[in-house]
Amino acid sequence: MGMSLQQIVFGVLSIISIISALGVILSKNPVTSVLCLIVTFFTIAGHYIMLNAQFLAVVHIIVYAGAIMVLFLFVIMLMNLNSEIEPQKRNWLKYAGAISGGALLLVLLGALREADVTPIQPGASDIGLISNLGKTLFNQYVVPFEVSSILFLSAMVGAVIIGKREA
Amino acid sequence: MPVQYYIFLSIVLFCIGVMGVLMRRNAIIIFMCVELMLNAVNLLLVAFSKMWADAGRVDASGAQIFVFFIMVVAAAEVAVGLAIIVMVYRNSQSVDINIMNRLKN
Repeated sequence: MGMSLQQIVFGVLSIISIISALGVILSKNPVTSVLCLIVTFFTIAGHYIMLNAQFLAVVHIIVYAGAIMVLFLFVIMLMNLNSEIEPQKRNWLKYAGAISGGALLLVLLGALREADVTPIQPGASDIGLISNLGKTLFNQYVVPFEVSSILFLSAMVGAVIIGKREA
Repeated sequence: MPVQYYIFLSIVLFCIGVMGVLMRRNAIIIFMCVELMLNAVNLLLVAFSKMWADAGRVDASGAQIFVFFIMVVAAAEVAVGLAIIVMVYRNSQSVDINIMNRLKN
């Protein structure tokens, strides 16, 4: 069977990302979950690079692995949650969750198995380079960009007000 | 290489996130599973962006801008959500979601 290099890299990255995503939901220790999620994010960044989205891959690593997951890790360690305290009663709820998630998986896979899409060419394109994205962002999407800055400001104010003791 | 591979991978990651939200009771783990679902959608958007770029569309980078905005919203959401979780923990010494049922009665 002739597998191209692209397909081999895709397969390895996909297996790692699925296994570490399973580790997120199956591990008992929240810190292990965070570390598994960081591995998943790095493999998704690898997928981005393979899809010619270099700028997004870098931003993804910086924002997710560098900022968001560190925030999660801070909160977990601050609240001293790294020992599992989740009580194990009502096990049928877990089975119900797993079964309904698996049913959703089957439905989506069955619905999109025959999807009519054109294949991806292995060659490189310059679509994800920062100059192209910058031109698109500041020509067509200036207003959403500015609105997102206001969103960040309000999120920052909200986080401070919520986190303040005895508001 | 067919886009179907990326569709299947995104579906699997998204459904793992759904299962985590339904199965776990730790609020932080549930929050992390929401992030996982967002990333599955981002991966699919980037794959379709590459697909349209290969098909010759000049505006295919709009999908990557969309992913960029999803990341922005996710970062803001994490800041507010973790603040809420910290406040809940401070008030009740637990992050188990079963104690957050005061709206029920």
